Amino acid sequence: MAAGKMSTPLARVRGLGAAKSGTEHFWRQRLTAVANVPLTIAFVLIVVSLLGRNHAAAAQILGSPLVAIVMLLFIASITTHMRIGMQVVIEDYVHDEPAKLILHMLNTFFTLAVALASGYGILKLSFGVFGV
Amino acid sequence: MAETKAPVERPLSPHLLIYRWPLPMAMSIAHRITGCGLYFGTLLVAWWLIAAAAGPNPYSSVAAFMSSFFGRLILFGYTWALLHHMLGGIRHLIWDTGHGFTASEREWLSLATGVASVSLTLILWVLGYLIMGGSH
Repeated sequence: MAAGKMSTPLARVRGLGAAKSGTEHFWRQRLTAVANVPLTIAFVLIVVSLLGRNHAAAAQILGSPLVAIVMLLFIASITTHMRIGMQVVIEDYVHDEPAKLILHMLNTFFTLAVALASGYGILKLSFGVFGV
Repeated sequence: MAETKAPVERPLSPHLLIYRWPLPMAMSIAHRITGCGLYFGTLLVAWWLIAAAAGPNPYSSVAAFMSSFFGRLILFGYTWALLHHMLGGIRHLIWDTGHGFTASEREWLSLATGVASVSLTLILWVLGYLIMGGSH
């Protein structure tokens, strides 16, 4: 290496080119934020429309194609958004390396589990077990 | 530093305990707290969807919990957190475009976030009780 011990980290990476992925999370957090706005409004309206209904009616509405697709988009967008959000919170407050690593893993497990469990519920309703 | 002068009345530096929270700071903290609340609040959404997929009995268990005082309290908090975080997010998206950074705009946007989230939450809940016809 031409750059010795006295050089700064910047000097060592200079000329190697950009990592090309530095703004990936920044951008994805804003992309999902924009998507979350109409999807959250839709989610709230869906919940309001289900108030006071029994299981058969709720299952039929939740399983109908348009509602199911909107719900799936909502779940995909919010779980992506909350995974990045919680990662930032962990990075801000947890400075112990092993604890940070474990929390990052738990964050991924939790958000993926919530996404898959919710998606499974929507798809099961949608594929007509209780629907038609 | 040889001679001791009479103390001069100067403004003290803002100590944390007596520092008045600027509104945008309070809203920034609220944005993070509501985000963390919503993170775990999605468990309710997942539980509700799984129960709906599992059948009438699990679904009525969820409905019973949601109708209890504790369930209503959680749902009310979830509603406010969801709306507050959404409105705060819109404020951040406006700031991302480089607009709304003058002192009065910052104050106005932050105040609007809080007022609108509380108002919308109350409107939604009144609407919800009207839809259910006062039966719950």
